[in-house]
Amino acid sequence: MLLQTSSPRTITRALSLTAAAIALALVATGCSSTTSGSSTSGSSSAKNYKIAFLPKQLGNAYFDTSDKGGAAAIKEFKGTYSEVGPATAAADAQVSYINTLTQQNVGAIVLSANDPTALGSALTQAKSAGVKIVTYDADTDAKYRDIFVNQATAEGIAKIEVDLITNQIGDAGDIAILSATANAANQNAWIELMKKDLAANHPNVKLVDVVYGNDDDQTSFDKTAALLQTYPNLKGIISPTTVGIAAAARYLSTSSFKGKVALTGLGTPNQMRDYVNNGTVTAFALWNPADLGYLASYAAKALIDGTITGKAGDSFKAGKLGTFKVGANGTVLLGDPYTFDKSNIAKFNF
Amino acid sequence: MTSLDVPPPPAASALSNYGRPLWRRWLLTRESAVIVAVVLVWVVASSVVPYFGTTTTLGFLLLDATPILMIALPMTFVIITGEIDLSVASTLGLSSVLLGVLTKAGTPIALAMIICLVVGLLVGAVNGFLVTIAGLPSLAVTIGTLALFRGVAVGLLGTTAITTFPAFWQNLAQARFGLSGIPVVMVLVVVLAVIFAVVLHFTPFGRGLFALGLSRDTAEFSGVKVNRAKFIAFLLTGIISALAGIYWTLRYGSSRGDNATGLELSVIAAVLLGGVSIFGGKGALHGVIAGVLLIGVLQSALRLANVSSDAINIVIGALLIMSVLSPRLLAWARRLSPSRTRQRK
Amino acid sequence: MSPIGTVRPPANAVARLTGHFFRSRETGILAALVIVIAVTTIVNPTFLFSPDGFRDLLLTPSILILIAVGQAVVIITRSVDLSVGSVVGLTAYLAGRLFIDVPGIPIIAVFLVAIAAGAVLGLINGLLVAFGKVPALVITLGTMYAYRGVNVLWTGSNRVNSSDMPKVFLDLGTQTVLFIPSLTIIALVVVLATGWYLRNKRGGRELYAIGSDPDAAELYGLNVTRRVLVAFVLSGVLAGLAGILFAARYGTTNSQTGTGLELQAVGAAVIGGVAIFGGSGTVYGAAIGAVLLLTINRALPILGIQDFWQQAVVGALIIGAIVLDRLLALRLSRKLTSEHQVSHD
Repeated sequence: MLLQTSSPRTITRALSLTAAAIALALVATGCSSTTSGSSTSGSSSAKNYKIAFLPKQLGNAYFDTSDKGGAAAIKEFKGTYSEVGPATAAADAQVSYINTLTQQNVGAIVLSANDPTALGSALTQAKSAGVKIVTYDADTDAKYRDIFVNQATAEGIAKIEVDLITNQIGDAGDIAILSATANAANQNAWIELMKKDLAANHPNVKLVDVVYGNDDDQTSFDKTAALLQTYPNLKGIISPTTVGIAAAARYLSTSSFKGKVALTGLGTPNQMRDYVNNGTVTAFALWNPADLGYLASYAAKALIDGTITGKAGDSFKAGKLGTFKVGANGTVLLGDPYTFDKSNIAKFNF
Repeated sequence: MTSLDVPPPPAASALSNYGRPLWRRWLLTRESAVIVAVVLVWVVASSVVPYFGTTTTLGFLLLDATPILMIALPMTFVIITGEIDLSVASTLGLSSVLLGVLTKAGTPIALAMIICLVVGLLVGAVNGFLVTIAGLPSLAVTIGTLALFRGVAVGLLGTTAITTFPAFWQNLAQARFGLSGIPVVMVLVVVLAVIFAVVLHFTPFGRGLFALGLSRDTAEFSGVKVNRAKFIAFLLTGIISALAGIYWTLRYGSSRGDNATGLELSVIAAVLLGGVSIFGGKGALHGVIAGVLLIGVLQSALRLANVSSDAINIVIGALLIMSVLSPRLLAWARRLSPSRTRQRK
Repeated sequence: MSPIGTVRPPANAVARLTGHFFRSRETGILAALVIVIAVTTIVNPTFLFSPDGFRDLLLTPSILILIAVGQAVVIITRSVDLSVGSVVGLTAYLAGRLFIDVPGIPIIAVFLVAIAAGAVLGLINGLLVAFGKVPALVITLGTMYAYRGVNVLWTGSNRVNSSDMPKVFLDLGTQTVLFIPSLTIIALVVVLATGWYLRNKRGGRELYAIGSDPDAAELYGLNVTRRVLVAFVLSGVLAGLAGILFAARYGTTNSQTGTGLELQAVGAAVIGGVAIFGGSGTVYGAAIGAVLLLTINRALPILGIQDFWQQAVVGALIIGAIVLDRLLALRLSRKLTSEHQVSHD
């Protein structure tokens, strides 16, 4: 097993093997430097417009779209765009990326947080090193970042989903929620608000269960199947996550519940197009994720420029989207969520 | 697991090593090769990868590697006895959840930590009982307890994550010594490493673990209390995993049921990379520590070089395979060159 | 368990068969499965008596069955294949990519390519294990990382959506023939064919011989290397098949597809009575183990056990299964010993 059984020649061989390992590592580095670190370079001024996007996870259609929007904005103001991130949405996974970006002296990190607090100390260090922190999609505790670019108010999201589902099931019956990870702060906030809205305004609608698909296709799919088995009287499902609603729609479309159990939530038109056209889903909601990324990039630029600091009342220009004002708690609001249905879905491509 | 290979007869050359001076024997070991690799990768990365050669990198690297470093110590004991423990990451998660639940319920944090460690011991005892007294294969047992302990951790907390811990402890978990970049927690790691190394290499108990891994029967007849030794090894993985869970919770300030999912395979990969034989009976602690650091250095160098996240796994996987294959390849190459074969005979 | 030559009392074929049925290890888990289904159906009749309920009961475990069968064959030869989850991920993405990059490609061609890719990945495992003479646990842990890393490098942040694949192909994932899903039929054919081969053909028996005592098998003149290669290629082929069926059933794949399947597959085999040290167990057991594992997962929410506790129950089940195995084995050997003594009196 070990090398100790052989002559001194072995040591040179062992070293050459090590060298091979390093070569392998460097080859891997070479491959990637062509793929990542893409987009435009060329620092126009002394400002550090190196902006890195750090989504919850890579390989998620929603973040793919939002980060492309961010890249487009960065191209407009001639900054450098990069995207890094973990493959799974675990809390600690983003920490080492934040540390790495801090060391690389990026100007700003645009982040969708997997956990509101676990990233805290890494973000504090980044901030003290002069890196601007913009959160989008999912926020951290306010003290860890400069600005949160909010896609829509939590109340607005909760309301539109409750309105959609109650409308589709005739304002009576059992419904369930298929969420993302059990600790996703934004999802949990929306679910709480939905519960309140249901209790106050829809007494005949009963929320029987909340299950978690972990933003994983297979888990979300299997959880949908289990929901329908467990609650045969289920009238509707809300899935406030793009992975969840697509998996649920796929299960429903191949089952006898198609058209009988209503499904709504937050989804992207490209993923949901087939299911809207074949009648599995009537309507669902979302903001434009590309605009979200675009706005986040401009917020990062304004922070780097020093035109805003993140306090309420600041305002900045965001290219084609116009001027935005920073609200309470350092939050910038993109707008209201938009409802997609059969009549308009063909017009969207994201 | 596979003992497909007929173990090679203890060649005279293995013993002939002892005819050489100590320093040359030491240089020729597998452990030294790993250590040399760590240094080489560090030097190459410092000159090639921007921002790598800084104390900040060193600090982050050590902070990230600490849980693996801790758990790799007792894992080495377990693997040297010829067993395996896949439940360590789940034990870590369970301990993290317990720390959160207890502090939230108002338990003083010091007491909560002690309770976590005790539960770690109990969890280790469950594994140890099933493997030694019930006589079940550890691979199967710990796949079961991997799911069981993780399930309890996730079940206890559900959707909540507990994030309020005393600032003093949280700061301690990531404090550095001045400008050196070396985290304070390394003191604990070094103390543990020294204790484990002394026990493994310089006590009858430690030598017994090797004997036991090489041949259970021989060890038994030589007076090694086989079951007791294995049981203790599992107790140690339990309590150290719980300790790593406490560290994890404080470093990230977050107690969640899914903390450190999948870490068990990283630990085992590092231990095997460090030269410990999966059949048991072979290995040394300094090799294991070098194995953990090699993976850590590679990960941090590749990440700084913007290699997309988990593509790093190719390198880890290839290293692991090469590390077990290289002696074979060398032997093969030697057989192919006829002149030396004759010399040997 | 141990083929001690006991003198069987002469009995008619029916009695022998029923006797065999009640003694066999598979009967126990089959009974457990029936109980789980029965209890759940009493609580909620739609679990079995609804078109979707019945279909999902058969459909959900089909993919795991394929992988568990491959895993069982590998474990029977005293190896283990931890890379299956990564192979599933790679082949699933490969299948999706083919539909995108080669418009109009016949579905059967995609199947063949995916299966061939699985075979190649399995062959790599087999070659490394058989010719490197190194433990499969280490090698396949390495390839598990490496294959997943290749997948991440290749896929990046892309994914294949259901709209990228032809409808006929996606329908394959859910369509039924005479109320039985086509996926289940494929799984069933694989189980029966593999089971028959292992029980009745020389090659199959040799796998057991190798697993029982590799050294003896080698000395006896069995071609151990070839048999082990075949076992790994089979595991790769079935993982490749599972990969493409995954794409058909779930309609979407990304770089993380199939993560964690390896432990589920080993778990299924262990629950099904395949001894982790090789030489005993059947693929039928592994298949029933897979069904039991996933059916329990689906039954728990119906029985009112919260989502979060499911993993804990699965863990307890695995431990229960191996403890039960141990007790049965002990009882059997005691019985055989006493019979042996009686026949000597």
